[in-house]
Amino acid sequence: MEQVLQNLLHNDILTYVIMAVVPLLWILPYALFAVWLERKVSAHMQDRLGPMRTGGWHGWAQTLADILKLIQKEDIVPSAADKKLHFVAPYLVFIGSYAAFAAIPFSSAYIGSNINIGLFYVIAVSSLVVVGLLMAGWASNNKWSLFGAVRSAAQIVSYEIPTALALLAVVMVAGTLNLQTINQAQTGWFWNWYLFQKFPFIFIAFIIYFVSSLAETNRTPFDIPEAESELVAGYHTEYSGMKFAMFFLAEYANMFAVSAIGSTLFLGGWNSPFGDFLSGPFWGVFWFLSKGMFFVFVQMWLRWTLPRLRVDQLMYVSWKVLTPWAFACILGVGFWLML
Amino acid sequence: MFETDIPKFKTSTGRSLRNEEMIINMGPQHPSTHGVLRLELVVDGEIVIEVIPHIGYLHRCFEKHCEAMTNYQQVIPYCDRMDYVAAMNMEYSYVLGVERLLGIQVPERVEHIRVIMLELQRIASHLIALGTYGLDVGAFTPFLFMFRDRERILDLFETTCGARLLYNYIWVGGVSHDLPPGFIDKAKAFCKYFRPKIKEYNDLLSFNDIFIKRTANVGVLPADVAIAYGSSGPMLRGSGVNWDLRRDDPYSIYNRFQWEVEVGKGEMGTVGDCWDRYMVRMREMEQSANIIEQALEQMPEGDVQAAVPKRIRPNTGDLYVRTESARGEIGFYIVSDGSASPYRVKARSPSFVNLSVLPEICRGAMIADVVAIAGSTDIVLGEVDR
Amino acid sequence: MYPRCRILVDALNVPMREYFRNIYRGIWTVLIGMKVTFMHLFTPAVTIQYPDVKLKLPERARNRLYVNMDDCIGCFQCDMACPVDCFKIETVKSLPTEDLGMTSTGQKKRLWVTQFDIDIAKCCYCGLCVYPCPTECIKMTDVYEFSEFDRHNLIYNYATVTPAEAAEIKARTAEYEKEQAAKKAAAAQAAAAAKAAQPAPAPPSGNPPPSPPAQSPS
Repeated sequence: MEQVLQNLLHNDILTYVIMAVVPLLWILPYALFAVWLERKVSAHMQDRLGPMRTGGWHGWAQTLADILKLIQKEDIVPSAADKKLHFVAPYLVFIGSYAAFAAIPFSSAYIGSNINIGLFYVIAVSSLVVVGLLMAGWASNNKWSLFGAVRSAAQIVSYEIPTALALLAVVMVAGTLNLQTINQAQTGWFWNWYLFQKFPFIFIAFIIYFVSSLAETNRTPFDIPEAESELVAGYHTEYSGMKFAMFFLAEYANMFAVSAIGSTLFLGGWNSPFGDFLSGPFWGVFWFLSKGMFFVFVQMWLRWTLPRLRVDQLMYVSWKVLTPWAFACILGVGFWLML
Repeated sequence: MFETDIPKFKTSTGRSLRNEEMIINMGPQHPSTHGVLRLELVVDGEIVIEVIPHIGYLHRCFEKHCEAMTNYQQVIPYCDRMDYVAAMNMEYSYVLGVERLLGIQVPERVEHIRVIMLELQRIASHLIALGTYGLDVGAFTPFLFMFRDRERILDLFETTCGARLLYNYIWVGGVSHDLPPGFIDKAKAFCKYFRPKIKEYNDLLSFNDIFIKRTANVGVLPADVAIAYGSSGPMLRGSGVNWDLRRDDPYSIYNRFQWEVEVGKGEMGTVGDCWDRYMVRMREMEQSANIIEQALEQMPEGDVQAAVPKRIRPNTGDLYVRTESARGEIGFYIVSDGSASPYRVKARSPSFVNLSVLPEICRGAMIADVVAIAGSTDIVLGEVDR
Repeated sequence: MYPRCRILVDALNVPMREYFRNIYRGIWTVLIGMKVTFMHLFTPAVTIQYPDVKLKLPERARNRLYVNMDDCIGCFQCDMACPVDCFKIETVKSLPTEDLGMTSTGQKKRLWVTQFDIDIAKCCYCGLCVYPCPTECIKMTDVYEFSEFDRHNLIYNYATVTPAEAAEIKARTAEYEKEQAAKKAAAAQAAAAAKAAQPAPAPPSGNPPPSPPAQSPS
């Protein structure tokens, strides 16, 4: 896509600006859509209807109305709060989630930044979120927010490890950290996807990755940091108006980011599952987005099914279940590759 | 956090470091305290060292109101509002007391209707208890499923007495309305509909590994402690004590029906943990469905207003009456001075007594566990504060 | 030293077989739960979309009160039965010359009901006022959407006489009462005067004379 734009515009800066803006064109409407989808999915799983009125057909404009409402809300900052940190925190969380999209290939023709350490960059940048959460919890001057923030920091940092290890298993098979190359190596029918290579090790690595990514995005069963029934709203209790909206949107963007990474690395990314049939640069976008949305749906499905793990149980799962099994997968893959 | 005792670190010269404890307030406005309850927690990190409950935020002077009422009948709407989740049980206890003071016997049909209403109310109350308990530990969906089923019970109540929550249905000497036509079939249909739902709840929540991990071995209430504190109802039965007032201090016609008293057995952890109490409630719902079906079968004909006295004027005297509500033993101590209005009505609410166990069993638990334990005591603040 | 946290101990010292069983059970129960919620995606919703669709309430539904003033005889039974004192009723006795009509149950009305207020905000919807009414004129309807912006609009005035009329009735009745009282006083005086004109009968010895009748306005 870079070439096409270059030829069309003959202007470097404009090309790169457009390239940078394209993910935003997907992410912002997606975030609005995902909130609506969550409400509809949760409603239908609970035998009710969800939004139905705003905008007519099944309340599709509900999130739009919510954002408009949040924008005009008074921004309340507790008087004893740390004003600077309180202000910066939501933006940090937002940035951490959105910056990850720079290195994710949306199709064979489009990738924001085709760097050779793409995967490494994505994992590193999405860890910025922890800093934002800690700042939010501390700056709110609220014991419950502090609890939420501290738990969240412990949780995200602990679950980075199984995530990275699981992804490492795939990197060993692929031989590169470049996300576009990893995608291209999975062309063909769906049995070429990494999910089915070196069975069952990559499969287990995928399960581990998916579970850890739930913890990364603070989704149930790992939503202790924002446990509604215990901590009111955890680290974002004291936020109102647009800043709250930022946290919200960042959470959904993060969900898609981890789903995107998962589908890129394990399920073939923008590749069609039918080989050459229905493939191409534009079909690539379709396949990529559908795979991402499928995992987003599974994340929502799990949220409305499972209760919440307690903090120490969460830690137990990370350190004593996921990490050892991730190591085992790496060992397995390693041996397989050597033989 | 992975130590069994929080260590007091010492420097090489022998000076020990101070670990600061923190006082944190849960409530009175809190999504999980089931009403306006303030729990003052003294925590060291995540471990709770002490819990101090503060109540009284919902005190509405029930007992004083009773003295100001012009007759015994007017007290019944106030009784409803104490335990608003299981109003029939509350009304019934008081009415039983007044009937014993007057020495009147109600017709058979009234007894059957009352048992059906009481057991339906028990199911409805347990549905709330279990649904909100799921909500406390993070499972959102069972809450809505249980409320969907509770709606059916409330519809039955609404066709009978006109109200969904605060019924004023059980009167001294009878009930306010006879059963509407079609009630018996609808109630039977409900029981048939409800039993598979219990299996669904078990699939979704009760035997879910995460839920078991959250509730098994948490908040263990030993049987002797439960008895010492005066707990009753599922709190007591969850600790393994086989005591149910419907069988052990019988009232009404419960001794005619075949049903089991559910007791906690420590299947998933220790006897007396949160999971046991939860499961006792779940199984009690099934037993209540059994009782309802039997009562519907045996329903005789009759006039429900035959024994309602024109004027309620008991002889001077006092008595204490107790019945088994969804939460435990409801007791009323009624003192009559011979006039048409009660001299003193004291309500002994099960939630008040069950709540007093909380400081004992929360020690050493984590904050998340306090929420789980408070949820398993199934308190209704209207009852606690009266 | 406070008691150790049992759960931590249990979570840590888990033997090998237990460990694998936990993992298996965890995954299996999660999948069962997921199946339940997935099946529910396809069950129809149990909710209706109020306010476009409204449920029809059952016949016995207890919501807003309604008083049919044509049948009200001003007996105060509902007021006495109410546990929260939400009634404010005032009646004035009608003159013998006035005809207030009959209730639909065949009773003759003898009292003007000049004020019949129900504070529906205080009403607890218990229905205790419905049973004692001798003419069955107070009922609980199925209206439940009656919120107001101003709290004072929740005091429902059911009396069919306007305040001006009420004042008039009271004035007329008060006047009539005064006339009656004056007539009675005049009649009593005349009787006393007639009694005094007659000679008092000679009392038998030993007995005290009968005392004259006490003059009391009736």
